[in-house]
Amino acid sequence: MSVLVVAEHDNKNLKSSTLNTISAAEKLSEDIHLLILGNKIEDLAKSSKSIQLVKKVIICDHEKLENQIPELSSPIISNLAENYSHILAPSSTFGKNLLPRVSALLDVTQISDIIGIESQDTFIRPIYAGNAISYVQTDQKINLMTVRPTSFEKCEETGGDAAVENISFIDSEVKTTFVSREVSKSDRPELGNARVVVSGGRGLENSDNFKLLYDLADKLNAAVGASRAAVDSGYIGNEYQVGQTGKMVAPELYIAVGISGAIQHLAGMKESKVIVAINKDLEAPIFNIADYGLSSDLFQAIPEIIKELDLLNQIES
Amino acid sequence: MKVLVAVKRVVDYKVQIRVKSDNSGVETQNVKMSVNPPDENAIEEAVKLKEQGLANEIISVSIGDDKSQDVLRTSMAMGIDRSILVKSQNTLEPLAVAKTLKIIIDKEKPDLVLMGKQAIDDDSNQTGQILSALLNWPQGCFISNLKIENNKVFISREIDEGIENLETSLPAVLTCDLRLNTPRFASLPNIMKAKKKPLETIDINTLGIDTSSKIKTLKVIEPPKRKAGIMVNDVKELVQKLKYEAKVI
Repeated sequence: MSVLVVAEHDNKNLKSSTLNTISAAEKLSEDIHLLILGNKIEDLAKSSKSIQLVKKVIICDHEKLENQIPELSSPIISNLAENYSHILAPSSTFGKNLLPRVSALLDVTQISDIIGIESQDTFIRPIYAGNAISYVQTDQKINLMTVRPTSFEKCEETGGDAAVENISFIDSEVKTTFVSREVSKSDRPELGNARVVVSGGRGLENSDNFKLLYDLADKLNAAVGASRAAVDSGYIGNEYQVGQTGKMVAPELYIAVGISGAIQHLAGMKESKVIVAINKDLEAPIFNIADYGLSSDLFQAIPEIIKELDLLNQIES
Repeated sequence: MKVLVAVKRVVDYKVQIRVKSDNSGVETQNVKMSVNPPDENAIEEAVKLKEQGLANEIISVSIGDDKSQDVLRTSMAMGIDRSILVKSQNTLEPLAVAKTLKIIIDKEKPDLVLMGKQAIDDDSNQTGQILSALLNWPQGCFISNLKIENNKVFISREIDEGIENLETSLPAVLTCDLRLNTPRFASLPNIMKAKKKPLETIDINTLGIDTSSKIKTLKVIEPPKRKAGIMVNDVKELVQKLKYEAKVI
Protein backbone atom coordinates (compact mmCIF):
# COMPACT_ATOMS: atom_id res chain seq x y z
CA MET A 1 0.00 0.00 0.00
CA SER A 2 0.93 3.65 -0.25
CA VAL A 3 2.65 5.72 2.40
CA LEU A 4 1.83 9.35 3.10
CA VAL A 5 4.53 11.77 4.27
CA VAL A 6 3.35 15.05 5.79
CA ALA A 7 5.76 17.77 4.65
CA GLU A 8 7.35 20.25 7.04
CA HIS A 9 8.00 23.52 5.21
CA ASP A 10 7.83 27.30 5.49
CA ASN A 11 5.50 27.76 2.47
CA LYS A 12 8.57 28.36 0.27
CA ASN A 13 10.95 25.47 0.89
CA LEU A 14 10.75 22.01 2.36
CA LYS A 15 12.59 21.62 5.64
CA SER A 16 15.33 19.02 5.34
CA SER A 17 13.51 16.93 7.98
CA THR A 18 10.94 16.20 5.25
CA LEU A 19 13.68 14.67 3.07
CA ASN A 20 14.82 12.44 5.95
CA THR A 21 11.24 11.34 6.52
CA ILE A 22 10.80 10.43 2.84
CA SER A 23 13.88 8.17 3.16
CA ALA A 24 12.21 6.42 6.08
CA ALA A 25 9.04 5.98 4.00
CA GLU A 26 11.10 4.28 1.28
CA LYS A 27 11.67 1.37 3.68
CA LEU A 28 7.89 0.80 3.76
CA SER A 29 6.63 1.35 0.22
CA GLU A 30 7.60 2.38 -3.29
CA ASP A 31 4.43 4.44 -3.59
CA ILE A 32 5.23 7.50 -1.50
CA HIS A 33 2.88 10.48 -1.53
CA LEU A 34 3.95 13.84 -0.13
CA LEU A 35 1.24 15.99 1.45
CA ILE A 36 1.89 19.73 1.55
CA LEU A 37 -0.55 21.84 3.53
CA GLY A 38 0.18 25.55 3.28
CA ASN A 39 -0.53 28.93 1.78
CA LYS A 40 0.62 30.05 -1.70
CA ILE A 41 2.56 26.85 -2.19
CA GLU A 42 2.44 26.54 -5.98
CA ASP A 43 6.20 27.00 -6.31
CA LEU A 44 6.84 24.62 -3.44
CA ALA A 45 4.67 22.01 -5.16
CA LYS A 46 6.65 22.45 -8.40
CA SER A 47 10.02 22.01 -6.71
CA SER A 48 8.79 19.06 -4.63
CA LYS A 49 7.61 17.04 -7.62
CA SER A 50 11.21 16.45 -8.67
CA ILE A 51 12.01 14.42 -5.54
CA GLN A 52 12.83 11.05 -7.00
CA LEU A 53 11.21 8.85 -4.36
CA VAL A 54 7.90 10.75 -4.40
CA LYS A 55 5.23 9.38 -6.75
CA LYS A 56 2.54 11.95 -6.01
CA VAL A 57 2.51 15.40 -4.44
CA ILE A 58 -0.81 16.26 -2.79
CA ILE A 59 -1.43 19.95 -2.28
CA CYS A 60 -3.89 21.75 -0.09
CA ASP A 61 -3.36 25.46 -0.66
CA HIS A 62 -5.35 27.85 1.52
CA GLU A 63 -4.62 31.08 3.36
CA LYS A 64 -5.83 29.57 6.63
CA LEU A 65 -3.03 26.98 6.38
CA GLU A 66 -0.30 29.63 6.40
CA ASN A 67 0.74 29.05 10.02
CA GLN A 68 0.26 25.30 10.44
CA ILE A 69 -2.38 25.43 13.16
CA PRO A 70 -2.86 21.70 13.94
CA GLU A 71 -6.58 22.10 14.68
CA LEU A 72 -6.99 23.03 10.99
CA SER A 73 -4.55 20.63 9.35
CA SER A 74 -5.31 17.45 11.31
CA PRO A 75 -8.83 16.82 9.87
CA ILE A 76 -7.47 17.24 6.32
CA ILE A 77 -4.88 14.53 6.99
CA SER A 78 -7.25 12.13 8.74
CA ASN A 79 -9.63 12.51 5.82
CA LEU A 80 -6.98 11.05 3.47
CA ALA A 81 -5.96 8.23 5.81
CA GLU A 82 -8.01 5.37 4.37
CA ASN A 83 -5.76 5.30 1.29
CA TYR A 84 -2.60 4.63 3.26
CA SER A 85 -0.93 1.93 5.34
CA HIS A 86 1.36 4.43 7.10
CA ILE A 87 1.37 8.19 7.70
CA LEU A 88 4.74 9.70 8.59
CA ALA A 89 5.80 13.14 9.78
CA PRO A 90 9.16 14.39 11.04
CA SER A 91 9.65 14.20 14.79
CA SER A 92 10.26 17.94 14.96
CA THR A 93 8.13 20.38 16.96
CA PHE A 94 6.01 20.57 13.77
CA GLY A 95 5.31 16.82 13.62
CA LYS A 96 4.99 16.39 17.39
CA ASN A 97 2.39 19.15 17.47
CA LEU A 98 0.37 17.75 14.60
CA LEU A 99 0.41 13.96 14.25
CA PRO A 100 -0.97 12.92 17.68
CA ARG A 101 -4.06 15.02 16.84
CA VAL A 102 -4.49 12.99 13.65
CA SER A 103 -4.11 9.78 15.67
CA ALA A 104 -6.94 10.93 17.95
CA LEU A 105 -9.22 11.57 14.97
CA LEU A 106 -8.42 8.09 13.58
CA ASP A 107 -8.56 6.40 17.01
CA VAL A 108 -5.17 4.72 16.59
CA THR A 109 -2.03 4.82 18.72
CA GLN A 110 0.85 6.73 17.20
CA ILE A 111 4.44 5.50 17.46
CA SER A 112 6.68 8.46 18.31
CA ASP A 113 10.18 9.29 17.19
CA ILE A 114 11.19 6.12 15.36
CA ILE A 115 14.89 5.64 14.65
CA GLY A 116 14.61 2.42 12.66
CA ILE A 117 12.18 0.33 10.60
CA GLU A 118 12.46 -3.46 10.93
CA SER A 119 9.43 -4.33 8.80
CA GLN A 120 5.98 -3.03 7.84
CA ASP A 121 4.79 -3.40 11.42
CA THR A 122 7.93 -3.37 13.59
CA PHE A 123 9.76 -0.22 14.53
CA ILE A 124 12.64 0.91 16.74
CA ARG A 125 12.35 3.90 19.04
CA PRO A 126 14.37 5.33 21.90
CA ILE A 127 12.79 5.60 25.35
CA TYR A 128 14.12 7.17 28.56
CA ALA A 129 15.94 9.85 26.56
CA GLY A 130 17.78 7.26 24.52
CA ASN A 131 19.00 5.33 27.58
CA ALA A 132 17.05 2.34 26.30
CA ILE A 133 15.98 1.26 22.82
CA SER A 134 12.56 -0.31 22.34
CA TYR A 135 11.43 -2.61 19.50
CA VAL A 136 7.68 -2.32 19.06
CA GLN A 137 5.12 -4.06 16.89
CA THR A 138 1.58 -3.08 16.02
CA ASP A 139 -1.32 -4.51 14.03
CA GLN A 140 -3.47 -1.39 13.75
CA LYS A 141 -5.38 -0.58 10.56
CA ILE A 142 -3.03 2.32 9.92
CA ASN A 143 0.33 3.20 11.43
CA LEU A 144 1.06 6.80 12.36
CA MET A 145 4.67 7.54 13.13
CA THR A 146 6.91 10.49 13.75
CA VAL A 147 10.41 9.95 12.40
CA ARG A 148 13.63 11.17 14.01
CA PRO A 149 15.27 13.02 11.09
CA THR A 150 18.88 12.37 12.13
CA SER A 151 18.33 8.60 11.97
CA PHE A 152 17.62 8.56 8.23
CA GLU A 153 19.64 9.99 5.32
CA LYS A 154 18.23 12.87 3.33
CA CYS A 155 16.70 11.69 0.03
CA GLU A 156 17.66 13.13 -3.35
CA GLU A 157 15.74 16.25 -4.31
CA THR A 158 16.06 15.77 -8.05
CA GLY A 159 15.47 13.18 -10.74
CA GLY A 160 11.77 12.62 -10.22
CA ASP A 161 8.60 13.82 -11.88
CA ALA A 162 5.72 13.20 -9.52
CA ALA A 163 2.08 13.83 -10.33
CA VAL A 164 0.51 16.77 -8.51
CA GLU A 165 -2.98 16.55 -7.07
CA ASN A 166 -4.86 19.45 -5.52
CA ILE A 167 -7.28 18.66 -2.74
CA SER A 168 -9.84 21.05 -1.36
CA PHE A 169 -9.52 22.71 2.01
CA ILE A 170 -11.81 21.46 4.76
CA ASP A 171 -12.61 24.29 7.14
CA SER A 172 -12.89 23.71 10.87
CA GLU A 173 -13.99 26.11 13.55
CA VAL A 174 -10.76 27.10 15.26
CA LYS A 175 -10.36 29.43 18.21
CA THR A 176 -6.59 29.83 17.93
CA THR A 177 -5.02 32.68 16.01
CA PHE A 178 -1.39 33.10 15.10
CA VAL A 179 0.24 36.21 16.58
CA SER A 180 3.93 36.11 15.70
CA ARG A 181 7.02 33.97 15.39
CA GLU A 182 10.33 34.99 16.92
CA VAL A 183 12.95 33.32 14.77
CA SER A 184 16.63 34.01 15.24
CA LYS A 185 18.11 34.90 11.88
CA SER A 186 21.43 33.38 11.00
CA ASP A 187 23.41 32.67 7.86
CA ARG A 188 24.83 29.54 9.44
CA PRO A 189 23.45 26.07 8.62
CA GLU A 190 20.39 24.79 10.47
CA LEU A 191 21.35 23.09 13.74
CA GLY A 192 19.41 19.88 13.11
CA ASN A 193 20.91 19.48 9.69
CA ALA A 194 24.47 20.85 9.73
CA ARG A 195 27.51 18.74 8.77
CA VAL A 196 29.46 20.30 11.63
CA VAL A 197 28.13 21.58 14.97
CA VAL A 198 30.13 23.68 17.43
CA SER A 199 28.46 23.75 20.86
CA GLY A 200 29.24 25.80 23.92
CA GLY A 201 28.54 25.17 27.58
CA ARG A 202 28.82 26.92 30.88
CA GLY A 203 32.59 27.07 30.36
CA LEU A 204 31.99 29.98 27.96
CA GLU A 205 31.10 32.04 31.07
CA ASN A 206 28.95 34.68 29.32
CA SER A 207 27.12 35.52 26.12
CA ASP A 208 29.91 37.78 24.80
CA ASN A 209 32.31 34.86 24.84
CA PHE A 210 29.99 32.92 22.54
CA LYS A 211 31.42 35.17 19.82
CA LEU A 212 34.49 32.94 19.97
CA LEU A 213 32.30 29.99 19.04
CA TYR A 214 30.63 31.89 16.23
CA ASP A 215 34.07 32.64 14.76
CA LEU A 216 35.03 28.98 14.92
CA ALA A 217 31.65 27.93 13.50
CA ASP A 218 32.06 30.31 10.57
CA LYS A 219 35.51 28.86 9.79
CA LEU A 220 34.00 25.37 9.63
CA ASN A 221 30.68 26.35 8.04
CA ALA A 222 29.14 24.90 11.18
CA ALA A 223 25.93 25.43 13.11
CA VAL A 224 26.16 26.69 16.68
CA GLY A 225 24.63 24.75 19.55
CA ALA A 226 24.64 25.01 23.33
CA SER A 227 24.16 22.96 26.46
CA ARG A 228 21.14 23.45 28.66
CA ALA A 229 23.39 25.01 31.30
CA ALA A 230 24.49 27.69 28.84
CA VAL A 231 20.91 28.34 27.75
CA ASP A 232 19.61 28.49 31.33
CA SER A 233 22.41 30.91 32.21
CA GLY A 234 21.13 33.19 29.46
CA TYR A 235 24.24 32.99 27.24
CA ILE A 236 22.22 32.02 24.15
CA GLY A 237 18.60 31.35 23.08
CA ASN A 238 16.78 28.09 23.78
CA GLU A 239 16.48 27.28 20.08
CA TYR A 240 20.22 26.49 20.18
CA GLN A 241 19.89 23.91 22.92
CA VAL A 242 21.17 20.41 22.13
CA GLY A 243 19.99 17.58 24.36
CA GLN A 244 17.04 15.72 25.76
CA THR A 245 15.10 18.94 26.30
CA GLY A 246 16.46 20.58 23.15
CA LYS A 247 17.38 19.36 19.70
CA MET A 248 18.71 15.99 18.65
CA VAL A 249 21.70 16.33 16.34
CA ALA A 250 23.92 13.79 14.60
CA PRO A 251 26.46 15.72 12.52
CA GLU A 252 29.67 14.33 11.04
CA LEU A 253 31.64 16.45 13.49
CA TYR A 254 30.46 17.71 16.87
CA ILE A 255 32.78 19.98 18.83
CA ALA A 256 31.77 20.38 22.49
CA VAL A 257 33.46 23.41 24.02
CA GLY A 258 33.31 23.98 27.77
CA ILE A 259 30.54 21.37 28.10
CA SER A 260 30.85 18.92 31.00
CA GLY A 261 28.62 16.29 29.37
CA ALA A 262 25.49 15.88 31.49
CA ILE A 263 23.40 12.83 30.52
CA GLN A 264 20.69 15.12 29.20
CA HIS A 265 23.17 16.79 26.81
CA LEU A 266 24.69 13.48 25.65
CA ALA A 267 21.17 12.25 24.76
CA GLY A 268 21.04 14.92 22.07
CA MET A 269 24.44 14.47 20.42
CA LYS A 270 25.95 11.04 21.09
CA GLU A 271 24.91 9.79 17.63
CA SER A 272 27.36 12.26 16.05
CA LYS A 273 29.99 10.52 13.89
CA VAL A 274 33.06 12.25 15.37
CA ILE A 275 32.96 14.00 18.73
CA VAL A 276 35.60 16.45 19.93
CA ALA A 277 35.61 17.66 23.53
CA ILE A 278 37.53 20.70 24.72
CA ASN A 279 37.40 21.21 28.46
CA LYS A 280 39.93 22.20 31.08
CA ASP A 281 38.44 19.75 33.58
CA LEU A 282 40.04 16.40 32.79
CA GLU A 283 37.32 14.66 34.84
CA ALA A 284 34.47 16.00 32.67
CA PRO A 285 32.23 13.07 31.58
CA ILE A 286 32.18 14.39 28.01
CA PHE A 287 35.69 12.89 27.60
CA ASN A 288 34.20 9.39 28.12
CA ILE A 289 32.39 9.57 24.79
CA ALA A 290 34.67 11.88 22.80
CA ASP A 291 36.77 10.53 19.94
CA TYR A 292 39.28 13.32 20.48
CA GLY A 293 39.66 15.07 23.81
CA LEU A 294 41.70 18.19 24.49
CA SER A 295 42.17 19.20 28.10
CA SER A 296 42.85 22.87 27.73
CA ASP A 297 41.56 26.35 28.50
CA LEU A 298 39.03 27.02 25.76
CA PHE A 299 39.88 30.73 25.64
CA GLN A 300 43.36 29.75 24.44
CA ALA A 301 42.39 26.69 22.43
CA ILE A 302 39.65 28.19 20.24
CA PRO A 303 41.74 31.07 18.81
CA GLU A 304 44.56 28.55 18.23
CA ILE A 305 42.21 26.21 16.35
CA ILE A 306 41.07 29.09 14.18
CA LYS A 307 44.71 29.92 13.45
CA GLU A 308 45.51 26.30 12.59
CA LEU A 309 42.51 26.09 10.27
CA ASP A 310 43.67 29.26 8.50
CA LEU A 311 47.12 27.70 8.08
CA LEU A 312 45.60 24.55 6.60
CA ASN A 313 43.56 26.59 4.17
CA GLN A 314 46.67 28.52 3.10
CA ILE A 315 48.56 25.30 2.46
CA GLU A 316 45.67 23.95 0.37
CA SER A 317 45.27 27.10 -1.70
CA MET B 1 -11.67 29.36 36.69
CA LYS B 2 -11.04 25.71 37.47
CA VAL B 3 -7.74 24.14 36.44
CA LEU B 4 -6.98 20.43 36.07
CA VAL B 5 -3.38 19.21 36.01
CA ALA B 6 -2.41 15.75 34.77
CA VAL B 7 0.55 14.21 36.55
CA LYS B 8 2.57 11.06 35.82
CA ARG B 9 4.78 9.09 38.19
CA VAL B 10 8.08 8.25 36.48
CA VAL B 11 11.59 7.08 37.27
CA ASP B 12 13.39 10.10 38.74
CA TYR B 13 15.38 11.98 36.13
CA LYS B 14 18.62 11.57 38.11
CA VAL B 15 18.40 7.76 38.21
CA GLN B 16 20.74 5.85 35.90
CA ILE B 17 18.41 3.79 33.70
CA ARG B 18 18.97 0.03 33.70
CA VAL B 19 17.52 -2.30 31.07
CA LYS B 20 16.15 -5.54 32.56
CA SER B 21 18.30 -8.58 31.90
CA ASP B 22 15.44 -10.38 30.11
CA ASN B 23 15.06 -7.35 27.78
CA SER B 24 11.38 -6.96 28.68
CA GLY B 25 11.73 -3.34 29.70
CA VAL B 26 13.45 -0.91 32.03
CA GLU B 27 13.95 -1.65 35.73
CA THR B 28 11.40 0.35 37.76
CA GLN B 29 11.48 -1.70 40.97
CA ASN B 30 13.48 -0.26 43.88
CA VAL B 31 14.40 2.90 42.02
CA LYS B 32 13.47 6.42 43.04
CA MET B 33 10.22 7.61 41.43
CA SER B 34 9.13 11.23 41.10
CA VAL B 35 6.70 13.57 39.42
CA ASN B 36 7.46 13.73 35.69
CA PRO B 37 9.55 16.96 35.46
CA PRO B 38 7.45 18.97 32.97
CA ASP B 39 4.32 17.94 34.93
CA GLU B 40 5.90 19.81 37.87
CA ASN B 41 5.92 22.91 35.67
CA ALA B 42 2.21 22.31 35.01
CA ILE B 43 1.53 22.05 38.76
CA GLU B 44 3.55 25.20 39.44
CA GLU B 45 1.63 27.14 36.77
CA ALA B 46 -1.71 26.06 38.22
CA VAL B 47 -0.62 27.13 41.71
CA LYS B 48 0.52 30.49 40.32
CA LEU B 49 -2.84 30.99 38.62
CA LYS B 50 -4.53 30.41 41.96
CA GLU B 51 -2.17 32.79 43.76
CA GLN B 52 -2.92 35.44 41.12
CA GLY B 53 -6.63 35.03 41.82
CA LEU B 54 -7.31 33.71 38.32
CA ALA B 55 -8.08 30.16 39.41
CA ASN B 56 -10.38 29.32 42.31
CA GLU B 57 -9.92 25.54 42.29
CA ILE B 58 -6.93 23.52 41.09
CA ILE B 59 -7.01 19.74 40.98
CA SER B 60 -4.55 17.07 39.90
CA VAL B 61 -5.18 13.69 38.28
CA SER B 62 -2.89 10.71 37.88
CA ILE B 63 -3.38 7.27 36.38
CA GLY B 64 -1.50 4.35 37.88
CA ASP B 65 -1.34 1.94 40.78
CA ASP B 66 -1.63 2.92 44.47
CA LYS B 67 1.95 4.18 44.49
CA SER B 68 0.91 7.05 42.22
CA GLN B 69 -0.64 8.60 45.34
CA ASP B 70 2.92 9.88 46.07
CA VAL B 71 2.97 12.23 43.10
CA LEU B 72 -0.55 13.46 43.85
CA ARG B 73 0.46 14.18 47.47
CA THR B 74 3.50 16.02 46.13
CA SER B 75 1.24 18.10 43.89
CA MET B 76 -0.99 18.94 46.88
CA ALA B 77 2.09 19.85 48.94
CA MET B 78 2.97 22.31 46.15
CA GLY B 79 -0.49 23.86 46.41
CA ILE B 80 -3.02 21.73 44.49
CA ASP B 81 -6.39 21.66 46.34
CA ARG B 82 -7.44 18.04 45.77
CA SER B 83 -6.51 15.01 43.69
CA ILE B 84 -8.00 12.11 41.78
CA LEU B 85 -6.20 8.79 41.24
CA VAL B 86 -7.53 6.64 38.44
CA LYS B 87 -6.36 3.23 39.53
CA SER B 88 -4.88 1.02 36.83
CA GLN B 89 -2.49 -1.91 37.20
CA ASN B 90 -1.46 -1.72 33.57
CA THR B 91 0.58 0.95 31.87
CA LEU B 92 -1.60 2.88 29.47
CA GLU B 93 -0.70 4.17 26.03
CA PRO B 94 -1.21 7.89 25.34
CA LEU B 95 -4.53 7.35 23.51
CA ALA B 96 -5.99 5.48 26.49
CA VAL B 97 -4.55 8.07 28.91
CA ALA B 98 -6.25 10.85 26.96
CA LYS B 99 -9.57 8.96 26.87
CA THR B 100 -9.37 8.42 30.63
CA LEU B 101 -8.60 12.09 31.25
CA LYS B 102 -11.51 13.09 29.00
CA ILE B 103 -13.95 11.19 31.20
CA ILE B 104 -12.60 12.92 34.31
CA ILE B 105 -12.76 16.29 32.50
CA ASP B 106 -16.36 15.71 31.38
CA LYS B 107 -17.23 15.20 35.05
CA GLU B 108 -15.07 17.92 36.63
CA LYS B 109 -15.58 20.53 33.87
CA PRO B 110 -12.32 22.45 34.25
CA ASP B 111 -11.73 25.56 32.13
CA LEU B 112 -8.06 24.80 31.61
CA VAL B 113 -6.06 21.55 31.45
CA LEU B 114 -2.30 21.68 32.02
CA MET B 115 0.22 18.86 31.71
CA GLY B 116 3.87 18.29 30.84
CA LYS B 117 4.75 18.23 27.16
CA GLN B 118 6.21 14.75 27.47
CA ALA B 119 6.77 12.01 30.02
CA ILE B 120 10.45 11.26 30.45
CA ASP B 121 9.91 7.50 30.53
CA ASP B 122 8.29 6.59 27.21
CA ASP B 123 8.97 10.01 25.59
CA SER B 124 5.82 9.83 23.46
CA ASN B 125 4.83 13.51 23.53
CA GLN B 126 1.22 12.80 22.51
CA THR B 127 -1.28 12.92 25.36
CA GLY B 128 -2.03 16.67 25.40
CA GLN B 129 -2.48 16.83 21.66
CA ILE B 130 -4.79 13.77 21.63
CA LEU B 131 -6.81 15.09 24.56
CA SER B 132 -7.26 18.45 22.89
CA ALA B 133 -8.57 16.72 19.75
CA LEU B 134 -10.93 14.44 21.73
CA LEU B 135 -12.35 17.44 23.61
CA ASN B 136 -12.30 19.63 20.50
CA TRP B 137 -10.58 22.30 22.57
CA PRO B 138 -7.71 24.55 21.43
CA GLN B 139 -4.25 23.03 21.80
CA GLY B 140 -1.12 24.82 22.93
CA CYS B 141 1.96 22.62 23.03
CA PHE B 142 5.41 23.12 24.55
CA ILE B 143 4.47 26.45 26.14
CA SER B 144 7.10 28.59 27.84
CA ASN B 145 4.85 31.55 28.67
CA LEU B 146 1.18 31.87 29.62
CA LYS B 147 -0.97 34.92 30.17
CA ILE B 148 -4.73 34.80 30.74
CA GLU B 149 -6.82 37.98 30.46
CA ASN B 150 -10.62 38.20 30.19
CA ASN B 151 -10.96 34.62 28.98
CA LYS B 152 -8.27 35.24 26.36
CA VAL B 153 -5.20 33.02 26.49
CA PHE B 154 -1.84 34.22 25.21
CA ILE B 155 0.85 31.57 24.90
CA SER B 156 4.43 31.34 23.71
CA ARG B 157 5.45 27.96 22.33
CA GLU B 158 9.01 26.63 22.09
CA ILE B 159 9.44 25.54 18.45
CA ASP B 160 12.57 24.37 16.62
CA GLU B 161 13.04 27.74 14.94
CA GLY B 162 12.53 29.85 18.08
CA ILE B 163 9.29 30.96 19.69
CA GLU B 164 5.74 31.05 18.34
CA ASN B 165 3.12 33.31 19.94
CA LEU B 166 -0.55 32.33 19.72
CA GLU B 167 -3.79 33.72 21.05
CA THR B 168 -6.61 31.37 21.94
CA SER B 169 -9.50 31.04 24.37
CA LEU B 170 -10.73 28.89 27.22
CA PRO B 171 -11.34 26.04 27.60
CA ALA B 172 -7.97 24.84 26.35
CA VAL B 173 -5.36 22.10 26.76
CA LEU B 174 -1.82 23.37 27.26
CA THR B 175 1.35 21.27 27.51
CA CYS B 176 4.25 22.75 29.45
CA ASP B 177 7.92 23.10 28.55
CA LEU B 178 10.54 23.12 31.30
CA ARG B 179 11.10 26.82 30.55
CA LEU B 180 7.60 27.83 31.65
CA ASN B 181 8.56 28.41 35.30
CA THR B 182 10.66 27.11 38.17
CA PRO B 183 8.66 24.61 40.26
CA ARG B 184 8.69 25.37 43.98
CA PHE B 185 9.89 22.96 46.62
CA ALA B 186 7.21 21.69 48.96
CA SER B 187 7.91 22.88 52.50
CA LEU B 188 7.61 20.45 55.40
CA PRO B 189 4.46 22.11 56.83
CA ASN B 190 2.87 21.96 53.38
CA ILE B 191 3.82 18.29 53.02
CA MET B 192 2.06 17.64 56.35
CA LYS B 193 -0.99 19.66 55.26
CA ALA B 194 -1.15 17.80 51.94
CA LYS B 195 -1.73 14.53 53.81
CA LYS B 196 -5.13 15.86 54.89
CA LYS B 197 -6.23 17.12 51.48
CA PRO B 198 -8.88 15.01 49.65
CA LEU B 199 -7.64 12.23 47.35
CA GLU B 200 -10.40 10.41 45.50
CA THR B 201 -9.75 7.02 43.91
CA ILE B 202 -11.58 5.73 40.83
CA ASP B 203 -11.12 2.23 39.39
CA ILE B 204 -10.32 2.53 35.68
CA ASN B 205 -12.46 -0.53 34.94
CA THR B 206 -15.57 1.44 35.92
CA LEU B 207 -14.96 4.01 33.16
CA GLY B 208 -15.85 1.75 30.23
CA ILE B 209 -12.96 2.61 27.95
CA ASP B 210 -10.65 0.41 25.94
CA THR B 211 -7.33 0.47 27.76
CA SER B 212 -5.70 -2.45 25.96
CA SER B 213 -2.27 -1.98 24.40
CA LYS B 214 -2.23 -1.40 20.65
CA ILE B 215 1.54 -1.60 20.56
CA LYS B 216 3.50 -4.65 21.67
CA THR B 217 7.01 -4.23 23.01
CA LEU B 218 9.10 -7.04 21.52
CA LYS B 219 12.28 -6.19 23.38
CA VAL B 220 14.11 -3.36 25.08
CA ILE B 221 17.87 -3.20 24.74
CA GLU B 222 20.67 -0.95 25.89
CA PRO B 223 21.81 1.63 23.39
CA PRO B 224 25.14 0.95 21.72
CA LYS B 225 27.90 2.26 23.98
CA ARG B 226 30.25 4.85 22.67
CA LYS B 227 33.86 4.26 23.58
CA ALA B 228 36.18 7.00 24.72
CA GLY B 229 38.73 7.88 22.08
CA ILE B 230 42.10 9.49 22.66
CA MET B 231 43.36 12.61 24.38
CA VAL B 232 45.39 14.87 22.14
CA ASN B 233 48.26 16.94 23.49
CA ASP B 234 47.60 20.23 21.79
CA VAL B 235 45.55 22.10 19.23
CA LYS B 236 47.96 21.29 16.41
CA GLU B 237 47.55 17.56 16.98
CA LEU B 238 43.77 17.92 17.21
CA VAL B 239 43.49 19.73 13.89
CA GLN B 240 45.86 17.22 12.23
CA LYS B 241 43.77 14.29 13.52
CA LEU B 242 40.53 15.85 12.33
CA LYS B 243 42.02 16.55 8.93
CA TYR B 244 43.98 13.38 8.16
CA GLU B 245 42.62 10.65 10.48
CA ALA B 246 38.91 11.41 10.88
CA LYS B 247 38.81 13.38 7.60
CA VAL B 248 35.96 15.59 8.81
CA ILE B 249 37.44 19.04 8.15
